[in-house]
Amino acid sequence: MSGRTMLGKLTWSAIPFDQPIPLLAGAVVLVVILAVLVWVVVAGHLPDLWREWITSVDHKRIGVMYTLLACVMLLRGFSDAIMMRAQQAVAFHSNGFLPPEHYNQIFSAHGTIMIFFVAMPFVIGLMNLVVPLQLGVRDVAFPTLNSVGFWLTATGALLVNISLVIGEFARTGWLPYPPLSELTYSPGVGVDYYLWSLEISGVGTLVAGINLVTTVLKIRTKGMSYMRMPMFCWTTLASNLLIIAAFPILTATLAMLILDRYLGFHFFTNDGGGNVMMFMNLIWAWGHPEVYILVLPAFGIYSEVVSTFSGKPLFGYRSMVLATMAICVISFMVWLHHFFTMGAGPDVNAIFGIASMIIAVPTGVKIYNWLFTMFAGRIRFSTPMMWSIGFMVTFIIGGLTGVLVAVPPADFLLHNSLFLVAHFHNVIIGGVLFGAFAGYTYWFPKAFGFRLHEGWGIASFWFWLIGFYVAFMPLYAVGFLGMTRRMQHFDVAEWRPWLAIASIGAGLVLVGILCQIAQLVVSIRRRAELRDVTGDPWDGRSLEWATASPPPVFNFAILPDVTGEDAYWAMKRRARDEGEHEPAYGPIDMPRNSPTGFVCAFFATVMGFALIWHIWWMVGLGLLGAFATFVVFAWRDHDEYEIPADEVARLDRANLQARRNLVTAAGSI
Amino acid sequence: MNILDPQGPVAAADKTILIDSIAIMLAIVLPTIAAIFAFAFYFRQSNTRAFYWPDWEYSGRLELVVWSIPALTIILLGGVAWIGSHQLDPAKPVAGTGETVTIDVVSLDWKWLFIYPDQRIATLNSVTVPVGAPLHFQLTSASVMNVFFIPQLGSMIYTMNGMVTRLELRADEVGNYQGLSAHFSGDGFPDMLFDVHVVSQPEFASFASDTVKSDRALNGDSYRNELLPQSVPKNKPAYRLDDPELFGEIASQRIPPGPGPEPAPQEAANVGTNHAR
Amino acid sequence: MSLAVAQDDPHHLGVLAKVGHEGPASKRIVTGYGFWIFLLSDMVMFSCFFAAYAVLLGQTAGGPGGAELFNLNNVAVETACLLLSSFACGMASIAAEVRSHLWFQVAMAVTCVLGLAFLAIEFHEFADLVARGAGPSRSAFLSAFFTLVGCHGGHVSAGILWLLTMMAQVYAKGFRADIQRRFLCFALFWHALDIIWVAVFSVVYLLGSAA
Repeated sequence: MSGRTMLGKLTWSAIPFDQPIPLLAGAVVLVVILAVLVWVVVAGHLPDLWREWITSVDHKRIGVMYTLLACVMLLRGFSDAIMMRAQQAVAFHSNGFLPPEHYNQIFSAHGTIMIFFVAMPFVIGLMNLVVPLQLGVRDVAFPTLNSVGFWLTATGALLVNISLVIGEFARTGWLPYPPLSELTYSPGVGVDYYLWSLEISGVGTLVAGINLVTTVLKIRTKGMSYMRMPMFCWTTLASNLLIIAAFPILTATLAMLILDRYLGFHFFTNDGGGNVMMFMNLIWAWGHPEVYILVLPAFGIYSEVVSTFSGKPLFGYRSMVLATMAICVISFMVWLHHFFTMGAGPDVNAIFGIASMIIAVPTGVKIYNWLFTMFAGRIRFSTPMMWSIGFMVTFIIGGLTGVLVAVPPADFLLHNSLFLVAHFHNVIIGGVLFGAFAGYTYWFPKAFGFRLHEGWGIASFWFWLIGFYVAFMPLYAVGFLGMTRRMQHFDVAEWRPWLAIASIGAGLVLVGILCQIAQLVVSIRRRAELRDVTGDPWDGRSLEWATASPPPVFNFAILPDVTGEDAYWAMKRRARDEGEHEPAYGPIDMPRNSPTGFVCAFFATVMGFALIWHIWWMVGLGLLGAFATFVVFAWRDHDEYEIPADEVARLDRANLQARRNLVTAAGSI
Repeated sequence: MNILDPQGPVAAADKTILIDSIAIMLAIVLPTIAAIFAFAFYFRQSNTRAFYWPDWEYSGRLELVVWSIPALTIILLGGVAWIGSHQLDPAKPVAGTGETVTIDVVSLDWKWLFIYPDQRIATLNSVTVPVGAPLHFQLTSASVMNVFFIPQLGSMIYTMNGMVTRLELRADEVGNYQGLSAHFSGDGFPDMLFDVHVVSQPEFASFASDTVKSDRALNGDSYRNELLPQSVPKNKPAYRLDDPELFGEIASQRIPPGPGPEPAPQEAANVGTNHAR
Repeated sequence: MSLAVAQDDPHHLGVLAKVGHEGPASKRIVTGYGFWIFLLSDMVMFSCFFAAYAVLLGQTAGGPGGAELFNLNNVAVETACLLLSSFACGMASIAAEVRSHLWFQVAMAVTCVLGLAFLAIEFHEFADLVARGAGPSRSAFLSAFFTLVGCHGGHVSAGILWLLTMMAQVYAKGFRADIQRRFLCFALFWHALDIIWVAVFSVVYLLGSAA
């Protein structure tokens, strides 16, 4: 057997030696990874890394790893964005510096990475970190599965990045519309990279969704009834219900495209009776709920942040819950607004247009409720609050342009234009990303025990905010001038100045990102002075602030008993009125760490790579390995370990001692 | 290409709805943004004169207002959307002076073919239409999806293989405009531009009678050999239409769809898979 | 507004509801609940394939349609096998409840054999169709048919793998609490495949042969 057949379609020509940009980028990434690995090994951190992080089933650690993945992928996705803006700034009457086949990969990778490997892991990470703490419990419903979900997501991200140096990525846009994505028109491996990385990470997302829904519905501390849950838990519930209902649609749709490409099926092909319109309907039946999967958790973060930093309970909690669940349901009835221009007829277009607008009602209610939460408050402008106010203003503009393109005749002019690009960046940056940054700053001290540096945080906020407006307002304008998205070059002179301004905006955002990196570095170096000894750095209201920062592995020595909304706020008041008495500590059982997730993801990576390159023996190996991993996991005898009561008492007493001062201080308010 | 500078009734009506919708929304959006800044500024912690209600979390009247403001706006806009999408349905005929001109549009990799079945002519990447006359477009694709869009004449519409979509437009001012594909269709996508010449009705008649004498013929064979393979044409030829059934044959897939990329060795090396072997 | 009132009636519902929540649910409930949610998501996936089948039912591209291809007798035998295997799986659940090793293994073996019989008939049907030139790449209709029915068959195959693992686990470890929970999930899975098969039977075979 020759090497050629052993490795399927894979040959040396898969590595783009003639294309300096991806090769250089790939080399840099590789060097960085190797350097980190060498440092880890030489400094002797490897055993710790394996024991404490890679095999961890602690929801806080997994949440941190999700967020870290999102931050790293943000850098990758943003470098794609910089290249796109630079290309369009120079590509007037010229080919720019990126040939079409490369430019097309870049915008496809940018969208895929930003949605699936930045926004998704960011919000799932924050939900993982915070929700069990807010519910006053020790862990999520399925800790090991949680780790599997994270590592499968990481597998997807890894496969997308492998495509940088081995082969190519999809050149079809972030949603690979057939027939362009069919084998006839995209014979390379790019679409296959896309499909398999999303199938694998999609399983991870589904697992995370099942886990979090079960956690919110079945694992809450005593007295934490539904109408006492913090708003973030409600939005987590809504978002994960959407994951459960929507991600299987993505899996099925991509599976059909896979069957078309691999086995000659005819779901979406031009020939054989395939139907491309079915792909568009199915993919948007997932795609529109996906938007709300991302933005609902962000809404929850804003609710927590605005309430905490205004020193008031959330205004209109009941309305907020109703609005959240209304968005959750209606988001499944609007998908057709992504293709009004298909010629479906005026009744269908009008009905879906109006349904899309109806979502603006609960969303508007949310904005007003945040507004009235600020009313009669004492607002502290810390970084999370700045992100929230920046969000409120920016998101209203994004909402306006969104409702605008939901009016079918307006969409007939703006569909697929840069106006649309500006709109969805307006809601995803201004809505999801600002929320993720607010949550990152807000909960960072909870996760690591020290606050992030305030000055660098505020600086990054202003650069991001101004950079966003400078980058995307010109795109609205150039959309009015008829410019469509995904153009590698153009000949229209009046577009040129706007695109030049937009590239400056991208530069400002870059400075914002550099500020965030500086913030992290500075904060780590000065962690002693930024230390959060009380566990409650922001004078918080919900239960995550009732435990130490970082929390012990068991979160709460004694599960709290909740008697109302804003549970921790009430506790602080009670403690002030009644004083406190030490509870009776008992031993705690916690789940054992397990390498199942990591090993399983290793085999999934092997299998995904083999499927992309048609290396069939390796596919079998991957499948067998994954199955064997589960059997080995199922065979273990001790899945829990006990933390003795003495140890629990020691940790909890230290925490209580540290926060006594705070309770006294809070009494003066 | 400015959509705010319409040159026909459809584009003008689309634009009116666009502007009206923005105005309706700005009426509530601007006060809301102002309120955000005002509340944030007035209730800052350092403002000791501001009042503080630490337990205030509910007001039935405010909740009513909070739900009704967006609801009323959306009811108003919903009416605009309903009426607008019926009046401006792309397939709804547009009145005009003179005879309706039927134009069959085929999007190819990566060019636009315009077939005038009544005039027995065809043009590539250039469409000439008489001013004021109703224009009846029937559109299909010879390979992947595209969107047919002339920004200054209004509504865009998808072109899809094996299907025919319809679009009715009218141009009201003589002049040269530009059209483009508004849906990504592969490597040659940015070059899928076409010229739109709006000419007087007599000029259109002479354009048609000149073109029908062209020595370049368009029929099934020349279509398959010259147009169907992937390419970005340098010039904009005009043809006499030898086969009046051509559009039907393309739309019904009796002429099979375009073959996709050629297996070129250079390309193969670039994308990493060796199609040549 | 005093804090006490706010706590008793936090949402101004007008009634002083005593909202009780007892704290985290037991592991058995949590596991079963989570698995139910997984099954629901699985059904969403199946419903996509059902939708694709409904859309593509008439797209035979000049090839054969359901009426000429489907053999309802075959399908009746398949259905019987699957339903009986579900019954056997139910017996295994009872055996697990009363911790009877012998009956558990017997009932599971019967479930397995019936499941394999179902798969064998399905495989035979597929092979026959391919041999007659009616494989999945013949037309969009056949693509949708093979995908929908094949996806169910794939689930049954995975279920059999799981079943054998469960048999081995119970043999090696006995009826431990975590194994009981796993078996509960398996039983749910196996019965859910029945429900999906009923839909496949009605939509694909009955409606398909009528069309």
